[in-house]
Amino acid sequence: MNSELLKAAAADNPWMAIAPEMALACLALILLVAEIFLPKSKHSLVPAISVAGQLGILCGLLINWKSIGVGQPIFNGMLMAGPHTQFLRTFFVASSLLVSLLGIVALAKQKMPKVEFFVIVLVVSAAMMLLSQANHFVLLFVALETVTVGFYILVSYVRTNPLTLEAGLKYLITGALSSGILLFGIVLLYGVAGNPTLEGSSATSMNFDSLYGFLQANPDNFLASLGIVFVLSGVAFKIGAVPFQIWIPDVYQGAPTPVTAFLAVSSKAAGFAILLILVGVFAPYAGLVATVISLMAVATIIFGNLAALTQHNVKRLIGLSGVSHAGYLLLGVLAAMTVPVAASAIYFYLFAYLLASFAVFGVMTHVAGVDDADQELDHYAGLAKSNPFLGGVLAIGLGSLAGIPPLAGFMGKLLVFMTVFAAATAPISPLTSGCYYGLLGVAVVGVVISIYYYFGWIKAAYFDTWRAPLLEGETDPTPARTPVAPWMRLTLGLLALGSILLGLYQGPVATWLRLR
Amino acid sequence: MNLPFDPLLVSIVAPLLAAGMLSLGLPAKLGKAVAAIGFLLPALLALHCWFYFPTDLGADYTYLTGYDTGLSYFGINLMLGLNGISMPLFLMAGIVGLASGLYAIQSKAERLPLYLGLLLVMQAGLMGVFASVDVFFFYFFHELALIPTFIMVGIWGGRDRGYAAMKMTIYLTIGAMLSLLGLIALYFKSGADNFTIIELHRVIAENGLRESIQSNIFALLLFGFGILVSLWPFHTWAPLGYSEAPSSAAMLHSGVLKKFGLYGLIQIALPLLPEGFSNWVCLFAGLAVFGNLIVIGLVTIAQSDLKKMVAYSSVMHMGYAFLGLACYSAVGIGGVIMMMVAHGLSVALLFLLSTSIHHRTKTFEMSDMGGLVKYTPVLAAFFVIATFASIGLPGLANFWGELAIFVAAWDFSPTLTVVSVSGVVISAIYGLRAAAKVFFGPESEAFAKVVAENKPADLCICEKIPALILIIALFAIGLWPKTISGPVTNAAEVLYATAPSAAVDTAQLSR
Repeated sequence: MNSELLKAAAADNPWMAIAPEMALACLALILLVAEIFLPKSKHSLVPAISVAGQLGILCGLLINWKSIGVGQPIFNGMLMAGPHTQFLRTFFVASSLLVSLLGIVALAKQKMPKVEFFVIVLVVSAAMMLLSQANHFVLLFVALETVTVGFYILVSYVRTNPLTLEAGLKYLITGALSSGILLFGIVLLYGVAGNPTLEGSSATSMNFDSLYGFLQANPDNFLASLGIVFVLSGVAFKIGAVPFQIWIPDVYQGAPTPVTAFLAVSSKAAGFAILLILVGVFAPYAGLVATVISLMAVATIIFGNLAALTQHNVKRLIGLSGVSHAGYLLLGVLAAMTVPVAASAIYFYLFAYLLASFAVFGVMTHVAGVDDADQELDHYAGLAKSNPFLGGVLAIGLGSLAGIPPLAGFMGKLLVFMTVFAAATAPISPLTSGCYYGLLGVAVVGVVISIYYYFGWIKAAYFDTWRAPLLEGETDPTPARTPVAPWMRLTLGLLALGSILLGLYQGPVATWLRLR
Repeated sequence: MNLPFDPLLVSIVAPLLAAGMLSLGLPAKLGKAVAAIGFLLPALLALHCWFYFPTDLGADYTYLTGYDTGLSYFGINLMLGLNGISMPLFLMAGIVGLASGLYAIQSKAERLPLYLGLLLVMQAGLMGVFASVDVFFFYFFHELALIPTFIMVGIWGGRDRGYAAMKMTIYLTIGAMLSLLGLIALYFKSGADNFTIIELHRVIAENGLRESIQSNIFALLLFGFGILVSLWPFHTWAPLGYSEAPSSAAMLHSGVLKKFGLYGLIQIALPLLPEGFSNWVCLFAGLAVFGNLIVIGLVTIAQSDLKKMVAYSSVMHMGYAFLGLACYSAVGIGGVIMMMVAHGLSVALLFLLSTSIHHRTKTFEMSDMGGLVKYTPVLAAFFVIATFASIGLPGLANFWGELAIFVAAWDFSPTLTVVSVSGVVISAIYGLRAAAKVFFGPESEAFAKVVAENKPADLCICEKIPALILIIALFAIGLWPKTISGPVTNAAEVLYATAPSAAVDTAQLSR
């Protein structure tokens, strides 16, 4: 490619269309510069700058809440905004803002460099925003790797803790493996779609539109099927769907709590955003995709709930319960293949999940001691009595995760399940309506099981249990709880209030998501 | 008379607001006053709705208003209204709520503001259940009322509270989930545009549903609602939960919330799925009569713990309700509604009084009591009234419901009717025996010890008021049943005008 062509290509790149992503990246650079120029004693200002900057970006996004340029490929077909792009951007910025806030509380307990954390969170979030608009496999892979590499660092951030290092290593190995699988799938698809002897082949088969055209012209190509399964598997790693959930418990436990929250919320949302795009691209192979997704969904729901049932470490518990949430969302993806509004239901679910998860993670950050990986259910004993505020936020967050009305989580589950019901009237062969009803049955069993462990957590915080008196010379194993700063109180209060209000009145969010 | 606001919405929002204010941490006295208003308003508004209820309504709704909460794409709107079937239950929810609220306010529970707050949330849910025309919100409000129960059992419950709370949670969640699936399936299969009962009735009357679909959905609803109403053999959560629950929560749950399942069957499942009903009726009528009435009746006789006995008796009485449903006639359904209202009042009164007894005897064990009448004549009189009501003696509300159910059941199956009338004898045995053991006869040694330490005083005024509210309601309905039976009959005659097309094979049962 000569420079003239490059210039011509660059000339029609609408940079304003990715202004929010660039703003986040610039904010990350500002933080780095601030670290250099601020005296060491003033380094505590860096997180404040980050939070203020993200609040500004969030406000900007909320003012321009309507997605623009929907369905128009930009940057030579690399990116394409969907109807929910602006919502997802807001979602990711809100999530990174909350992660930064949790980071301020959690990192204060560690003797670790404080600035890099906030920088990486911003960069990763920007990459997720791009990922959710990907229209080309190259961009998809680059954005996904930016996210993953960022997480390699974040997961093993507290490098003095052996469990954290173990988590980092596990995430590195499984992450690399999943990237490999994804890449293999991409290459297969690229190769077969670029084969000039086949009908509908294209030289630009990395592009989703070209690929779609090819798949439509060759509805049962073996290599393409293989590639599709590999690509779906690679994405399944990111959302933690069975059989690719193996990394979740250890990584969730070992990672610092804010990073666990980041993995649980943003990473999962990004995974589902890309899955929804890919499901559209792979539409000519709907039968295959639907089979793979429904099998994964069943296994994910059952495994996640059963595995979470026996956990005593709350980080493992929330990790494995997150696996089951991925399972419910996979049902939504299945529905989204025939019922377009299911995508909106999924995003509503994810938004409710964001509110509830950060409420719970916020409480976890305050209950945890210096050893971040050691967070047992027993540490919550008497929380509701000694700190009714944290107890209340925890109960609302967990209730919403469990899907108890009138909280937002219930509405999310309800909408997803209802779209599956609607999809069951026109099933994708080889699935039948009965399969859809069977999937719903499994999901309901999963929800009932999940009540047990979420309720067990609430029970630990609320109900008095007898505890053996300490022997002489024995120290109380429960770590001291961090006092809640006023700004954190405001944040957690807003999250809990949001979970309640969104359960009772969905008006503005429903409008935004085109649910009405 | 027209109020300047929607009485139904206010009766739901007022308790919620009061709960919200309590959560801000008001001073104790002010908090109690706010809570009292939160309980009083729904009761007054319910009385208002009852007083001005039109007499010639049929099964239509009045006080109908709709609010868009943002899910209209899915056909979900908050639509409130009352018809002849829901109005008496709405009224009962208001009255029992007021009584249990007042009883809670005077109690010396630990963390009282939290306790009152949860009760208020429950009260809001209960008013919402019976005021909802939208099927989704009908379910939603039920859950809103259910969740506080679990927490209250877990925090303020008796010795086995952890186990009881967990068991209740899991059983009731399964029941709720099954019924939710059934309701959603009904909505999608009917092809209705929105989730209101009115629309479902209209669409199904026009298009009808295949028999196999009806049968499957009815099974989901029957067992889902059945678990919630403690249909034998899915009842085991109820005696445990109620005996462990703090008194006000037990009053509200067993008195009002448990009627949700029956109400759902009467208002939604039976009229919309008549063929599904006729496929399942023999099974559930049998379960109800032999399981709930006879087996649980005998189990109730065997109880030595006063509160457990009341709890079991409440499970047993659900057998009459299911029998009435099985008749599928205006008389039978009308009888069930009357019985639900009366049972709600009487069981709440029994739970209230047994807790008051516990405060005086320091035990629920009936063999450790005796001779309490000497110290507490008023309490004894109230308890005997409550027992009579629960047995179904004429002059008290329960009589009319049970009578109508038996009359209707004779057409359905004489055998089952004869068997179930023996239930009245069973409830007379345990009821009167309990009254005799607790109040009359010689003082037991254990009770003598309690008396020596702390001489029991009679009911104080703040315990009398809630009890009197319930007793007055029981007598009012017992002596003047037309107050509620008029609208009930009107509605039931429209909804249950025709017997299910596939004739119920009762010949088998009557042999």
